[in-house]
Amino acid sequence: MNATKTLRILIAKPGLDGHDRGAKVVARALSNAGMEVIYSGLHQTPEQIVNAAIDEDVDAVGLSILSGAHNTIFARVLQLLKEKDAGDILVFGGGTIPKKDRAPLEAMGVGRVFIPGTDTRDIVAYLQETLQTRSFSASC
Amino acid sequence: MPQDKTADTDRERFAGVGPVKNLSGFEIKPLYGPEDIKGTEFERDVGLPGQYPYVRGVYSTMYRGRPWTIRQLGSLGPPGEANKRIRQLVDMGATGISICLDMPTIMGRDSDDPLAEGEVGRCGGVAIDTLQDVREVLAGIELDKISINFVSNSQSSVILAMFCALAEERGVPWDVLTGTMQNDVLKEYQAQKSYYFPPRPSMRLILDTLSFCMRSLPRFNPISISGYHLASAGASPLQELAFTLANGFTYVEEGINAGMPVDDFAPRLSFFFKAHNDVFENVAKFRAARRLWARTMKGKFGAKNPSSWRLRVHTQTSGSSLTAQQMENNIIRTTLQAFSAVMAGTQSLHTNAFDEAFSVPTPQSERVALRTQQIILHESGAASTIDPLAGSYYIEALTRQMEEACEKYFQTIADMGGVIAGIEKGYFQREIAESAFRYQQSLEQGERIVVGLNQYTEEEESEIRLRELDSEFERNKVAALKKFKEDRDQDLLRAKGEELREVCKGSDNVMPALISAVKAGMTLGEAIGHMREIFGVYREQAVF
Repeated sequence: MNATKTLRILIAKPGLDGHDRGAKVVARALSNAGMEVIYSGLHQTPEQIVNAAIDEDVDAVGLSILSGAHNTIFARVLQLLKEKDAGDILVFGGGTIPKKDRAPLEAMGVGRVFIPGTDTRDIVAYLQETLQTRSFSASC
Repeated sequence: MPQDKTADTDRERFAGVGPVKNLSGFEIKPLYGPEDIKGTEFERDVGLPGQYPYVRGVYSTMYRGRPWTIRQLGSLGPPGEANKRIRQLVDMGATGISICLDMPTIMGRDSDDPLAEGEVGRCGGVAIDTLQDVREVLAGIELDKISINFVSNSQSSVILAMFCALAEERGVPWDVLTGTMQNDVLKEYQAQKSYYFPPRPSMRLILDTLSFCMRSLPRFNPISISGYHLASAGASPLQELAFTLANGFTYVEEGINAGMPVDDFAPRLSFFFKAHNDVFENVAKFRAARRLWARTMKGKFGAKNPSSWRLRVHTQTSGSSLTAQQMENNIIRTTLQAFSAVMAGTQSLHTNAFDEAFSVPTPQSERVALRTQQIILHESGAASTIDPLAGSYYIEALTRQMEEACEKYFQTIADMGGVIAGIEKGYFQREIAESAFRYQQSLEQGERIVVGLNQYTEEEESEIRLRELDSEFERNKVAALKKFKEDRDQDLLRAKGEELREVCKGSDNVMPALISAVKAGMTLGEAIGHMREIFGVYREQAVF
């Protein structure tokens, strides 16, 4: 594997909520860390997000959810990715997601759920470690 | 006293203590003195409470005459639950209520809309589809006594129509109705992003509600010009102030251009600010806001009625300052913020519950939030005297600094062609995103300390019991709505829809058509749907 592979990340705002502060801050932090970031814009359906992830050939999709609808939305995005043979795209996310929901989400297949107050460098490190290891083993 | 030397000594003495810049980015000196308020003429620039330019408060007796309105959030997903919550809050001493809407209602969608799936009744908002839902939410609430604040924006004309229809069937005359409709769409484009239509038709709906209220609901506040959401999206207190006032002046201009005499509607305009973490910055922000509003309304817009000069404000403590880490600490943050809002002379106050970084408050956390205000009112002494910080070198200097920095922003906005042009160019959105990122950087680089977040951290997450939403609610609500839709007089409904679309195409006020439509059973989502057909939809360019 080439260590300089540029990661491509889709940051998406699913659902009806327009609180996009966190999504934008994370998008910018990832971009500053050298990743190619696509920001979906607001009010995206899971279908739109999954199609964008496939069209843009991203390594990971980050969902920002502050509306309380996280359980429904994460499940739907994971299911659609699987249906479209794109289950290898890493799904992670963040927002106002209580502790009791985080373990079930991670068990369902969400890579990691970040809560408010997370240092963006932790998100960068997480993506670099997870995705670089992945593409390394894939290319071996 | 050799001033320079004093300043140097102080600089050394205070080096490394606390943040040296406030949230607006102003460098804060270790010590303020008479030289910092040179040029401030007390009588002209500060004056007395209840008198122009209202720096010291909009009423002459302030809290000695009547305490601020203790206004808590009375909404929960199911309308019946929201009603129970409102009654409990009133029993506990709340004197005003805010009602938030759930995400589908905020976005103009009925509970049975496919886009609403998984979001019905969530996010601390009540699901309003029909007049029946408003009936349930407000059952047993005296509409002329408890002031209801509808946290409603793009859908305000429909909610107002339902409110008027409800009052009519209860026999309450419209002219005694009190309360507020947030109805501030400019900040939706700038920050909160719950818009449906392009800015022009949105503005037309606001002017329709404004002129309707002027004639028919003279005690009701038809717009609450809101800085809170700008600040939540990342605006600094200075940007919050500058952009909010610029939005306020835009509504005034639009009203005047539509032919309304300024003194007929300006007295009913109200504001909504955020109380951030910095106590003194908050106080300066409110004082500067009042002076800027008074001077501009009188000077630029020629308002003659003193009520048009008064900036009345509702305040909410800062939701975005609450940390998910060591959540109990949020009680202290909220207390300081609420205390500052009282020192700043707010007319109404909402204190957040400490668990809101994760979820809708529980009855326990909501009680602490409400009691915080009562402790400030009865125990802290903050309400004993009016504008207690007036005359402080620091506060007066900061008030002026805020004001001057705002005027620079007004110039920038005017140069780009005004607020709507600024929105279309993405100016506000970029400014706010930039501030949000800068703030995050300041936390990550340790320039700014947030206790429990980037210092004094603990590994263990505090175990707090959060509120759960009944998972059956969405299914039941959708089923009931579908049944309701089938049982209506379909011919009448079609006629009302046709009538509404015709009014939207023309220039008559939409309110009468909307009131008669909701009485005929038109849902909120349907009414917005008709409008969407005529007005079109707005999409913003996504930038980060």
